[in-house]
Amino acid sequence: MSEAVRLQSPLVGFQLDARADAGVILRERAFCSHLNLRGEQSDPAFAAAIKQVLGLEVPFTPNTTTSAGDQTLYWLGPDEWLLVAAPEQAATLEAALRKALAGQFASVVDISGGQTVVELRGGNARDVLAKGCPLDLHPRAFGVGQCAQSHLAKCPLLLRPLADGFEVVVRRSFSDYFFSWIEDAAQEYGFSVVS
Amino acid sequence: MLLITCPWCGPRAESEFSCGGEAHIVRPKDPDALSDAEWADYVFYRTNTKGDHAEQWVHTYGCRRWFNVIRNTVTYEIKAVYKPGETPAGGEA
Ligand SMILES: [Zn+2]
Repeated sequence: MSEAVRLQSPLVGFQLDARADAGVILRERAFCSHLNLRGEQSDPAFAAAIKQVLGLEVPFTPNTTTSAGDQTLYWLGPDEWLLVAAPEQAATLEAALRKALAGQFASVVDISGGQTVVELRGGNARDVLAKGCPLDLHPRAFGVGQCAQSHLAKCPLLLRPLADGFEVVVRRSFSDYFFSWIEDAAQEYGFSVVS
Repeated sequence: MLLITCPWCGPRAESEFSCGGEAHIVRPKDPDALSDAEWADYVFYRTNTKGDHAEQWVHTYGCRRWFNVIRNTVTYEIKAVYKPGETPAGGEA
């Protein structure tokens, strides 16, 4: 006798949670650890401290990222960066970064509760973003390794091209608006959400 | 829509920016020594330039940094973009 019970919906054949023909496929990476980092680019000790804790070079070139494993550092401004890491890492990383940056003109703030990460894939992911975002999203202008802060209609966002789509960091207070906007704008392409 | 070159992010759409009005307004060093008229001039009065105008802009939806723009108020041509504390290439601010 089987130990596990296998549940199957009568609609399983339609793959309701991942329609293969959907032009826009959304997936949320919820509860990631988000840390806002500020420091002096001109102080070599700043980048050294970050590297010591994360093993990542601080991206000093505007609108670029550095990544290793599940950690990504995004350039946000000439003295401001965002670290996104796996869930439940924020407190540990915050403490380690604060210790390494002690004595520097720098700050580390846990903003995990304030934003979430969404990935858009599918053949029309770029088209749906282009409806409301003024950036040139073509790979020749915006490719892997880059990032940009901009807006989608009235929603501020941080975008990063992935090999097969886009990653979007969106603020908590705008997430309702963001999802509703994307869902509506993606109707003509077919829209699905995967977990 | 204007295409504005952020000194950090490069060319971006006007909808990412906000305009902060006339640039290079210097706060008087000793406000107590000013007459009401002089103080009012500092607080309220701005030039209404027809032609090249130095303005402050902020990249609101982008890097959120302030910078200066020389914009022609007749043609809307942007002649220069420079960071705070800098002077525009080839001219006085
Ligand atoms: Zn910028």
